[in-house]
Amino acid sequence: MKEMKIKINGKSCVGKEGQTILEIAKENGIEIPSLCYHSDLEAKALCRMCLVEIKGQKDLKTSCSLLAEDGMEILTSSPRIDKARKINLELIFSHHQEECPDCVWFYNCQLLKMAKQFGVEITRFKDRKVGRKISQCGTVVFDQTKCIDCRNCVEVCPVGFLEIEGRGADIRIKESEDEQKECINCGQCIVHCPVGAIEGAGEFEYINDPFKDKNKIVVVQFAPSIRTSIGEEFDLPIGEIVTDKLVAGMKKLGFAKVFDTSVGADFTTFEEAGELKDRLEKGENLPAFSSCCPSWVKFIEFYYPEFIPNLCTSRSPQIMLGGLIKTFWAEKEKIDPRNIVVVSIMPCVSKKYEIKREELKINGMFPVDYVLTTRELAYLFKKNKIDLRNIESEKADDPFGIPTGAGVIYGASGGVFESALRTAYFKITGKNLDDVKIKEVRGMQGIKKKEIKIGDKIIKTVVVSGIRNARKMLEELKKNPEAFDTMEVMACPGGCIGGGGQPVPTDEDIRKKRAAALYDIDDKKEVRLAHENPAVKKVYADFLTSEEIIKPILHTKFSPKKKTTLQKLRNSKETNML
Amino acid sequence: MNDIIEKIKKSGLRGRGGAGFPTGIKWESVVKSIADKKTKDKNTKSFVICNGSEGEPNVCKDDYILDNYPEEVVEGIKIAMKTTSAKEAYLVLNHSLFEKYAEELEKIIGKAKIKIFKKVGGYLCGEESTMIESIEGKERKEPRNKPPYPTEVGLWGCPTLVNNIETFYSIALIARDEYKQERFYTISGDVKNSGVFRLPEDWPMEKVLHKTGNFPEEKFFVQVGGGASGQIFLDTELTQEACGMGAIVVHLFSQTDLKELMKKWIEFFYAENCGKCVPCREGVFRLREMLEEEKINFEDMRDVLLNLRESSFCPLGRAVAAPFEGLIGKIILK
Repeated sequence: MKEMKIKINGKSCVGKEGQTILEIAKENGIEIPSLCYHSDLEAKALCRMCLVEIKGQKDLKTSCSLLAEDGMEILTSSPRIDKARKINLELIFSHHQEECPDCVWFYNCQLLKMAKQFGVEITRFKDRKVGRKISQCGTVVFDQTKCIDCRNCVEVCPVGFLEIEGRGADIRIKESEDEQKECINCGQCIVHCPVGAIEGAGEFEYINDPFKDKNKIVVVQFAPSIRTSIGEEFDLPIGEIVTDKLVAGMKKLGFAKVFDTSVGADFTTFEEAGELKDRLEKGENLPAFSSCCPSWVKFIEFYYPEFIPNLCTSRSPQIMLGGLIKTFWAEKEKIDPRNIVVVSIMPCVSKKYEIKREELKINGMFPVDYVLTTRELAYLFKKNKIDLRNIESEKADDPFGIPTGAGVIYGASGGVFESALRTAYFKITGKNLDDVKIKEVRGMQGIKKKEIKIGDKIIKTVVVSGIRNARKMLEELKKNPEAFDTMEVMACPGGCIGGGGQPVPTDEDIRKKRAAALYDIDDKKEVRLAHENPAVKKVYADFLTSEEIIKPILHTKFSPKKKTTLQKLRNSKETNML
Repeated sequence: MNDIIEKIKKSGLRGRGGAGFPTGIKWESVVKSIADKKTKDKNTKSFVICNGSEGEPNVCKDDYILDNYPEEVVEGIKIAMKTTSAKEAYLVLNHSLFEKYAEELEKIIGKAKIKIFKKVGGYLCGEESTMIESIEGKERKEPRNKPPYPTEVGLWGCPTLVNNIETFYSIALIARDEYKQERFYTISGDVKNSGVFRLPEDWPMEKVLHKTGNFPEEKFFVQVGGGASGQIFLDTELTQEACGMGAIVVHLFSQTDLKELMKKWIEFFYAENCGKCVPCREGVFRLREMLEEEKINFEDMRDVLLNLRESSFCPLGRAVAAPFEGLIGKIILK
């Protein structure tokens, strides 16, 4: 590719053909203010904040959309540019009703940072969106009073559920009324909204709810991907592994026990590998679909119910672990499971929806009582003056405190398949893989294909992240049902490390670093195979001794879903916990 | 083949759709981008679009031209198709022009591959990239990011030449060596003899007004280019030639309520703006709000106008500022 030499603010910068000025500036450490720009999306150039001056050109240009040309000389700041930016910001503030303490960007608001930078009078014009609709669909809350009409959410929504209505100042982004369209709760709109107009249900009003009953034993479990993402909320380097500090922080919050959902993932792997072996032997319900991502499951149930039999029935890690806490652990500790509150810390708003699925109940109890997102936990930490930068490490608790490497990589796209394959290989051949790494299913590409030999069989697998990619694969399967034997799908780009409950901002560079850190953890683990986890072995030996016990705790069922009714809220504090 | 481009360049013709871009250079860049694309894919298509949307208030020259010179317009389009090896062309007409002239134009077009397209959408669909979006059947008719310009990536991603009706008319004259550097002026407002007049393009506006019997006897100002986005000139500034679409709207001070005039403009822009970018969507909303106030805050108003001019997404948004800035700067705050 052709190299291009340009000058930005007098500094010589080198870029590649096809790169925009904003991209080259970013690579060279020059920050250009922007709001609607997101590296995951097309440059729309709507907010007009990233204006620059190009030598020899009369008009100001938006650096997010303008491709660099060799020899260009660019100014990213000048009295002319800054004046336009200031007025633009004042106009943006005038259709964004502030509710700062309840915002996903609270500690990192780009709007406020820019307001300071450009000397903006944030109340210069009257808020014009007062009284606009606030609505909740599933576990996603859309607040029209904050929306600045940038359309990032419309573009990122993989199912076309968010639509633009009206023209001019009457424009509004709204949830589709089309009976054929349904929100799958993935929350990508949340992490791509530059101004916090969209949030998860309960964010951040209900973060203290798990502790409200003082007579209960409140235990917590945390998802694989949290350990390499929550550090960002405390200005730690992106991808910093903070497992033990995270555990210490949660103990400080007052949780009676801290368990690791990655141990739950080891159980899921064990069950799923069994299913896979079974299906391959019988040639039934192939390809086998992963089912631990609740948005993917809902997508199938609503949009492609004909594929429901392909979903593995093994429950997701948080649900399995929640179920084992309220059965095996309760029994062992001689606690009435009704006195246990299980809280999950998840990178995801869809997990808030998953825990309320009726069919998951065991003896009338939901396995998990509350889900808090990564962002919500960080908020709780900050509120309680817990700083992950200076806290003494602690270990997660027995018997669900030590996962294998396989359980940890669940947080990245490809990790579920890689873990399941490590164990399925053992179940089918009786031997362990020589090299447990399956590099071809790692990484950020949305569709990764790989053929793997197990015994005398060749298994064709595809690993998918992003629902648009999943749709492509389902269409391919409709034409050729034997295209694959297994398919792993995560709704969010890069898997759970890019989840809708993760810290903002989120982009591909950030996702890569979060994922790489998970694989680092796996590399350093002595035990990297789920079936060799001593905790897993012990629970199967002592408790999960028959199909009758296993099924209700570790398996579930699926059914076609109808469109969810949209709820109108009086204010954004009133979100419904389903 | 490029003789005609040389002739156009020599004639000095500038696009008559308002922006005044040199027509020869536009044609050349379409021809060049087609040649570039053909090196990669020899089946590359290209298109010609004749813009007859005439959505700007107080501009009627395209109507006049279609009424009097439809053959020349079609001839101009055909020359463009030949020059850019376009197999197809679109002649886009607004509702009224379509009703009046489509039938006759069909007859003139005959078997040529020129499709008459009835404009859907409003004022904004006169902007070339928005017009392309509307021909493509896009649900939201909104301008595209430029660059790439339609000359490179236009209709269905192909190099596309977009010119105004009057431009194509002039091309026909240039090809016949009959072009006399004339243009069509639409004169309206507080005048005795409104209408469309063909006169030399380099005449000062005062000469145009005198010649057509429209020069007022009392103090006045004019809006030039169009009745919404046109610029403001005082009666002492009419030594320049007309700009934009060549429309001159005369306002007698004795007959004009300046605030009402601004309200008229803003209602037009409020109804027509697409809502895509911040400066235009929010700016037009705020201007309208400010004009409802008893006492106008001109500092706020000027900031909003500056931002419209400097940072709007499309040329129509950038053009909103001109009439207000002129009126405020030259008259109201003088």
